[in-house]
Amino acid sequence: MSDVLTVSKSRRNVEALLLVIALGVAISANLIVGLDKENPLDSAFWTQSGILAALALAFHIVLRFRAKYADPVILPIVIALNGIGLAMIYRIDLANDTTVAESQFLWTSVAMAASIAVLLVFKDHRMLRRFTYISLIASAVLLLLPLSPLGLEINGARIWINVGFGTFQPGEIAKITLAIFFAGYLSTNRDLILLAGKKVGPLQLPRFKDLAPMVVAWLVSIGVLIFQRDLGSSVLFFGLFMVMIYVATSRISWVLIGLLMIAAGGFAAIQLFSHVSLRIDSWINAFDPDVFNRQAGSSFQVVQGLFGLANGGLFGTGLGEGRPDLVIYANSDMIIAALGEELGLIGLFGIIMLFVLLVSRGIRTALGTRDGFGKLLACGLSFTIALQCFVVMGGVTRLIPLTGLTTPFMSAGGSSLLANWIIVAILLLISESARRPAVTGPMKDSFPDRQDFRAGNLTSGSKEVSA
Amino acid sequence: MSDLSELTLTVLRYGFLILIWILVISVVSALRRDLVVGSKNRLGTPSARQARKHPELVEEAPARVTARTLVVTEGPLKGTTLDLASSPILLGRAQEATLVLEDDYASGRHARLFPQGSRWFIEDLGSTNGTFLAGSQLTRALPVDLGVPVRIGKTVIELRS
Repeated sequence: MSDVLTVSKSRRNVEALLLVIALGVAISANLIVGLDKENPLDSAFWTQSGILAALALAFHIVLRFRAKYADPVILPIVIALNGIGLAMIYRIDLANDTTVAESQFLWTSVAMAASIAVLLVFKDHRMLRRFTYISLIASAVLLLLPLSPLGLEINGARIWINVGFGTFQPGEIAKITLAIFFAGYLSTNRDLILLAGKKVGPLQLPRFKDLAPMVVAWLVSIGVLIFQRDLGSSVLFFGLFMVMIYVATSRISWVLIGLLMIAAGGFAAIQLFSHVSLRIDSWINAFDPDVFNRQAGSSFQVVQGLFGLANGGLFGTGLGEGRPDLVIYANSDMIIAALGEELGLIGLFGIIMLFVLLVSRGIRTALGTRDGFGKLLACGLSFTIALQCFVVMGGVTRLIPLTGLTTPFMSAGGSSLLANWIIVAILLLISESARRPAVTGPMKDSFPDRQDFRAGNLTSGSKEVSA
Repeated sequence: MSDLSELTLTVLRYGFLILIWILVISVVSALRRDLVVGSKNRLGTPSARQARKHPELVEEAPARVTARTLVVTEGPLKGTTLDLASSPILLGRAQEATLVLEDDYASGRHARLFPQGSRWFIEDLGSTNGTFLAGSQLTRALPVDLGVPVRIGKTVIELRS
């Protein structure tokens, strides 16, 4: 409940300036990538640049009207990341003779339009609190959809559904609805969870019945791991819940219980499921020739990615000059390796800095907003972005086993783009309420003389309604 | 690419890296101006740097007596006292509340009293009739000083040392 001081100024002009630079990054990336072609400045290039700039402008204007005091740096950062991602996907398209970039661009437009729509529909993020339990049901439905006949299995993971014109990953949307549920549930029940329970040494253990949501979160993540065979989302969902409960209660005992539960679940998964143990093996023994060459669970992808990063060195080979297409899924799982190869350590660190700034603005929003629900939601949503980046970059650089999560705003994949742009809209809404100048008077006015209160007390009593 | 010279390509390659970092640096500088914490404070208290240079500027913080008990001074539960520990307190009609108010004008989960630093804060939990600290309705969490009445429905509580 800390009120950190912020200048209550609308910073939309700063945002406009940053947007110009961000669009400069996005469009020049696209241009440099297309230099290989006969005519790099063709109509497709101009249409795409024009639409991207127009959408960014539309977003900016909507913010001017609907969320005047929203954070000024979130939108430019996201536009830049999305633009670099689009350029890299297009670059890999050119090498592989595919057309992923077109659909990715279409999804970018759809996602930005959806994000604008969220800003227009919801005046205030607190409206989302009404959907606490509805979003729990929605999350369950979204997570179960891939197991229904609509579901599709791609590369052993059953996390997609067929929606006629393409595939969709409902789990991406589920991370938003789960964050809304956790924020709503925990902001209401925080004290109950905090107070009840026995104290064992320095740890205050929660009551068994308060553990129920924890168990639900654990079941969800283990269920995703077993039935959908998606290690990444499983880690993401559990991490999201752990962070939100820790932020809500600041009890380390919850984190310890959570870690124990996930360790037990993970250990069982390694023993029972071959795909998990193969993953771990190809992470630890990545450079073993047997592991590299084997058919199932080969470390080919991650090792090729590492070679790519090494080839890039400090300054990178330059956009369009490397061979990131040698890696499988270079435009989705491994886009960080592709960017690292062509932009080098310096360029990749620039991108990581943009992610760090984005997440820090989200956490700053959580600090600044006054309601518990908004704090938890902003914290949870920015943490999902951070955790996703960690899991992807950690996987690509072999810090942790490689899992199939998308890099937010960059990887090819419409559902991920859509979900992340909606997260951006929610963060902007929360930051608007955090930074809007308070309408209440100065602090000293809220402490009138005690005698005044006694008099006011009698008159105000008659206006009340029974609760 | 054939018609582009090696020089142009090199310029573009480094130029793009510079452009990314220009974006990063301008975002950071936009944020630097966005934060005024420490430079000029609303209450006129000196910043950490000013305090280091001019120690005489810093006033001794008044020694604050910490609240130890909560006393109900008005309402159906008048006279009830509750010892305060270091954990937050839920006030309301609901059975799970720390202080169960038998007060028709209180909501199930009416307000919460929580310690932060050396002070106790009161926060309204979206109650129907509102929570009043010294006569004015709460719009956000505010510190509760000793002896200041907090009104919830027909109940008035106070913190005592």
